[in-house]
Amino acid sequence: MGDPKKIQKLMFFLLLLATIIIIVPVVAIFAIILFHGLPALNWGFIFGMPREGMRAGGIFPTIIGTLYLTLGTMAFSLPLGVLAAIYLTEYAAENWLTRLIEISIINLAGIPSIVYGLFGLGLFVMFLNFGASILAGSLTLAIMTLPVIVTASREALITVPKSFREVSYSLGASRWQTVWGVVLPNAIPGILTGTILGLSRAAGETAPILFTVAAFYLPALPRSIFDQAMVLPYHIYVLSTQVPNVPAKIQYGTILVLVLFVFIMNISAAFLRAHFRKRKLW
Amino acid sequence: MVSKLKVDSLNVFYDYCHVLKNVSLEVDANEILGIIGPANSGKTSFLKTLNRMNDFDHTFKMDGNIFLDNKNIFTNMQALALRKRIGMVFALPLSLPLSIFDNVAYGPRLHGQKNKTKLKEIVERGLKASYLWDEVKDRLDTPALNLSGGQQQRLCISRTLAVEPEVILYDEPCSGLDPISTAKVEEAMRQLRKNYTQILVTNNTKQSARVADRTAFFLMGELIEIGLTAKVFTQPDDKRTDDYISGRFG
Repeated sequence: MGDPKKIQKLMFFLLLLATIIIIVPVVAIFAIILFHGLPALNWGFIFGMPREGMRAGGIFPTIIGTLYLTLGTMAFSLPLGVLAAIYLTEYAAENWLTRLIEISIINLAGIPSIVYGLFGLGLFVMFLNFGASILAGSLTLAIMTLPVIVTASREALITVPKSFREVSYSLGASRWQTVWGVVLPNAIPGILTGTILGLSRAAGETAPILFTVAAFYLPALPRSIFDQAMVLPYHIYVLSTQVPNVPAKIQYGTILVLVLFVFIMNISAAFLRAHFRKRKLW
Repeated sequence: MVSKLKVDSLNVFYDYCHVLKNVSLEVDANEILGIIGPANSGKTSFLKTLNRMNDFDHTFKMDGNIFLDNKNIFTNMQALALRKRIGMVFALPLSLPLSIFDNVAYGPRLHGQKNKTKLKEIVERGLKASYLWDEVKDRLDTPALNLSGGQQQRLCISRTLAVEPEVILYDEPCSGLDPISTAKVEEAMRQLRKNYTQILVTNNTKQSARVADRTAFFLMGELIEIGLTAKVFTQPDDKRTDDYISGRFG
């Protein structure tokens, strides 16, 4: 082989190139969305109702819909996911059943989102008769988010040093007292971070909400969890394929709002993690 | 006189590893029993069996009996109740990531003490018993992990005392401490003798000589010898004890 110095230079170049290739699409997407979408952003757009067949006015209902859906998803998936994670890490015996559950959870994360959508349609919308509603959509997204939350929570719980548990047991604490008093408080930062990341993914999903909650157009805001809702990702799909002659400004503006919505969630997860890491003492 | 703790032909296995072989001994009330021996001689396994901390280990198996005040700790007592009566101080100073106050109050709170005035009393009493009070009384609300290693270890003793146990087990409590901190911990142990029965596992044979009333020598899971500390250290019955103490092996 040739001169090590030359190979070193070549490899450095290749590695740098790979990194740049990864960054370029992300930057390009952001630039294009910002360039076309920013002019649309104003109070009227964010807090206004759509007008003229969604070709003018604002997108307030879709933002509210996405917000409701995200909160609804969290209401179901956070407690369920955390409780399951506690069971798996702190209580479950190490046997084939536990391993089977673990493998199932990992596999759940790999199921295509359209499958969740159809499952939600079958179970929540039709069988349980919730109809297309915020409830059905939240439950569907919750099932999709669960693997992420369970996995993140388990990681967070496992990271709490075993010695903390031993101290607690040695003082006569029961398993639950130990989980509640020592393990959970130290795992909460990791659990929250994982949850927010899972939810931010759910907030941008289209397929699971397609049949379970999303409405093409509603003249009023949803008033109960049994109402349908307009939601950002589906609205983007509608604006770009179902409604003719939508001004590009409105299309890009809507995309920008969704991207910002997800971005804010991810950033807050990062801040939360940084904040707790500063406080973390072990 | 009835012994506080009585261990009767105890055998302990982890998987197929036979770590304690037919150990029988008695511990009197208010004595400090030192347990010495090289690594892997079963000292820590012995301690963990006494307060059933081994219950969490799936590979743990045992036979034999242990009695606390004549009651069998395996058949006649619940593990939680037992651990409240037999407290443990670990090898590393394991402060929980809480304030100094909350560390000591952790145990009493577990057992239902909610009265703030009572908790304050318990915390003060615990910290005084381990000679830490004067050093921390002005900063009880600060994180315990800001304390030095020696202070943290005394905090752990206070925390154990706060649940008012009858027996305290120490698992190499001074292994990470400097000589001055070690002296303070040892002084605390001597003072605690009035009210507690203490068992001290140590890798430092001199420590056992300094604080223990009686000393037991473990080797490869066997109890080789147990007797008054002065006798074990000056005229041991077994040659292996003599060899270990004088540093010829181990």
